[in-house]
Amino acid sequence: MATKVIYEKSRGLKDNPLTYCPGCSHGTIHKLVAESLVELDVLERTIAVAPVGCSVLAYNYFNCDGIQAAHGRAPAVATGIKRVCPDKIVFAYQGDGDLASIGTAEIIHAAHRGENFTVIFVNNAIYGMTGGQMAPTTLINQKTTTSPYGRFEETTGKPLLVSEMLATIPGAAYIERVSVHDHAHILKAKRAIKKAFKYQVEGKGFCMVEVLAACPIGWNVSPVDSMKFVRDQMMPYYPLGVYKDKEGVQ
Amino acid sequence: MAVLTFNEVTCKGCRLCVEACPKKILDLDTSRVNAKGYNPVLCRDIDTCTACAVCARVCPDSVIKVEKGAEE
Repeated sequence: MATKVIYEKSRGLKDNPLTYCPGCSHGTIHKLVAESLVELDVLERTIAVAPVGCSVLAYNYFNCDGIQAAHGRAPAVATGIKRVCPDKIVFAYQGDGDLASIGTAEIIHAAHRGENFTVIFVNNAIYGMTGGQMAPTTLINQKTTTSPYGRFEETTGKPLLVSEMLATIPGAAYIERVSVHDHAHILKAKRAIKKAFKYQVEGKGFCMVEVLAACPIGWNVSPVDSMKFVRDQMMPYYPLGVYKDKEGVQ
Repeated sequence: MAVLTFNEVTCKGCRLCVEACPKKILDLDTSRVNAKGYNPVLCRDIDTCTACAVCARVCPDSVIKVEKGAEE
């Protein structure tokens, strides 16, 4: 009997098994990026810039060329690649410890210059790879290995709202925050990521999609409970939505 | 008729597909472990499956391939 394939692993990903922890959202976000690149037919001319963090080995998983940048410097490396090879599709894949902490200057100035590449910003409110330390995006009262009594607002401030911040910069063309905690939100995240790449193909300028993601091992909860944490704890503080769209159509 | 193919060696037993399945027909096979040491996912009632592919989309490790038989 002839069968129709409804869903299979995207050819935008290599066959290498992912080394992420069980239930880690990186795998889901990798899939969405890979599917978007394949659907836009740009996979063969795409260059990925991997960060420092859990996704440091992202070039092992994406079926395109890749380079790995110093901690937080992925937007600077992506700037160089895109300026030298303007016909390539360039994206930086960064976590919150990378983009929102040590790489804050790089991301702000890449947006400020209106560099024509795409940034996928994975916000899981913690430093995953180094063992679950507090990040600038860690929620108030959230326990981590370096905030064992919860994050104190008095000494460490409130979690950094990167999408809101970058949306104030004139050079940014498209900023959206999405989540991947359930199927419906995964479909919405896919549309946002695909749009961010489509804008780059059209030369519209700097695009960033912030993805609220789960880190079950770093948060010390089960994968299923981690998705509930994203929905119940993260989403109220990090509202989803389009923060900037130069096209103005929403 | 739906066909689910599990790439078992990459399954990490995270249960996200088990929770997401609208028909609640997926479960972890606690009688076996894969090479990574996890209980892999299995389908308990393939006849109920509608090939909606929700399980496959929520799987971070792209374990599940979903196919649907052509209409007669």
